[in-house]
Amino acid sequence: MTLSRRSILYLVLLALALAVPLLGNTYYTRFATQIAMYGMAALAVDLLLGYVGLITFGQAAFVGVGAYVTGMLTVAGVHDALIVWPAAILGAVAFALIIGALSLRTEGFQFIMVTLAFAQMVYYIAQSLRSYGGDNGFTIPRRNTLAGMSLANHTVFYYVVLALLVIVMVVAARLVKSEFGMVIRGRRDNERRLAAIGFPPFRYKYAAFLIAAGVAGLAGALMANHARFVSPAILSWQVSGQLLAMVILGSAGTLMGPIFGAAIYLVFQQVLSDYTDHWMIFFGPLIVARVLFVKEGLWGMLVRALGAQEIRAPRRPVATDRGAAE
Amino acid sequence: MTAMLETVHLYKSFGALQVTDDVSITVEEGEVHALIGPNGAGKTTLIGQLTGELRPDAGHIRFDGRDITGLATADRARLGLARSFQITSIFPSFTAEGNVSLAVQATEKHSFRFWRPAETLERLHRPARQLLRQLGIVERADTVAGGMAHGEHRQLEIAMALATNPRMLLLDEPMAGLGSEESQAMLELLARLKGQYSILLIEHDMDVVFSLADRISVLVNGRVIASGDGEAIRNDPQVRIAYLGEDDEFGEADA
Repeated sequence: MTLSRRSILYLVLLALALAVPLLGNTYYTRFATQIAMYGMAALAVDLLLGYVGLITFGQAAFVGVGAYVTGMLTVAGVHDALIVWPAAILGAVAFALIIGALSLRTEGFQFIMVTLAFAQMVYYIAQSLRSYGGDNGFTIPRRNTLAGMSLANHTVFYYVVLALLVIVMVVAARLVKSEFGMVIRGRRDNERRLAAIGFPPFRYKYAAFLIAAGVAGLAGALMANHARFVSPAILSWQVSGQLLAMVILGSAGTLMGPIFGAAIYLVFQQVLSDYTDHWMIFFGPLIVARVLFVKEGLWGMLVRALGAQEIRAPRRPVATDRGAAE
Repeated sequence: MTAMLETVHLYKSFGALQVTDDVSITVEEGEVHALIGPNGAGKTTLIGQLTGELRPDAGHIRFDGRDITGLATADRARLGLARSFQITSIFPSFTAEGNVSLAVQATEKHSFRFWRPAETLERLHRPARQLLRQLGIVERADTVAGGMAHGEHRQLEIAMALATNPRMLLLDEPMAGLGSEESQAMLELLARLKGQYSILLIEHDMDVVFSLADRISVLVNGRVIASGDGEAIRNDPQVRIAYLGEDDEFGEADA
């Protein structure tokens, strides 16, 4: 069996990810967990930005709802991840049902502002939850258990997060190539044309919005478990902005790019903030440089440098459908 | 003959400007009805109302005996009202075949199918290829559409319109921007489509209009000032006045 360069690249990255706990330092394992969780949330943003063509500035709301649902259920004594995490996903989707129904009636810049406004509303709701610490948030006594298995160990938890990320990634990769995927990509390219051939754009955008919210909700559930702490900060507009920055840094419309972008973002944040609190002063120009000079994003650049582009071979001999061309 | 598309006393204004002023036109089943008029006559606004992108202020639109005035664009397309755009409107990141197969996909009840790769579906692929072959651009099937030539885009647009399994075509200046050879090919294509579909043709090229149209309506300042066959339109004094000073296309057509 021969593997394409692209498959090899994915396998190498997966192997690297799997090897992190072998370093034997909990710090690195926790850091890699962070990357995987943010990568998942950024992937959700990429589904909207890179495939539907919707710039959302409110994805943190769904991450936050997932985290709060997880925290509240856990505090209430529900510990099984098989109940808590699906509940977190459903909670995020429930919010998206309302937010999407209203915000998707708007376009472009308005959509950015409306998603931001809704996210801020959710932020203030969280802040007003006195019994859950209000502005200070609340701690979760212990991590959820997964079908009876403890996730307290950082390595075990990391592998669970990584497995979920891989599953989300594979499902998303199928989804964007499916018939549904073609419709949302059609909307990204040209909504007017999409309507003209007979697709009502709204319901497809709405469905994609709900899916992206569910993925963000799962990421939020994991974040709450990881930190054993939830506060309104996870819902703030800065988090929405970070997720967008990760997607843009990596490459929109690639699914893997946002995860790569999350890694770079968090590494820079970690390294630079050792030297200065104002690390954004140095990081900001990097994002600007990416936008100005690296058209395909850092992930796209890496893929090209390694010659691992997706191969788009004509499936059949062209021109003559039964020619001798193969 | 039965009416395929009918507008009944349609009105639309933008502010003080009456862009559609009591327009009642009928496209009979199987006929090519050309809509002509000087720039700014309100042709594009009228098309917008027919496709559902604009709502008329008053009046009705009937398609195949059904009132579609309140229907959304997508619903009208699903009833069989297909269009091509004056300014090329495609999915630029898709391949040529991808453009057409998405249009084929649009004829299905819904596309909430999330798992199987669309590219592998024979029920989309086969008709899409067939249409590309019919339009003579099958060798470009795997080319990313955004990079194709203008003439090819126009053909692709027609292929997409046909892929939706329409009963009627609204063609908004299909010849716009085409070179003379391409124009000839497009004219031949339209001639082949004539009879198979009811067609409302908006076109500036008078040779095309006179050679294809069964009936011509002339729109000036939002009003239909004349409607009839080519001969009647050529000899209509009001039409001649409306077109005088623009360019003397009618003179040429007479010669």
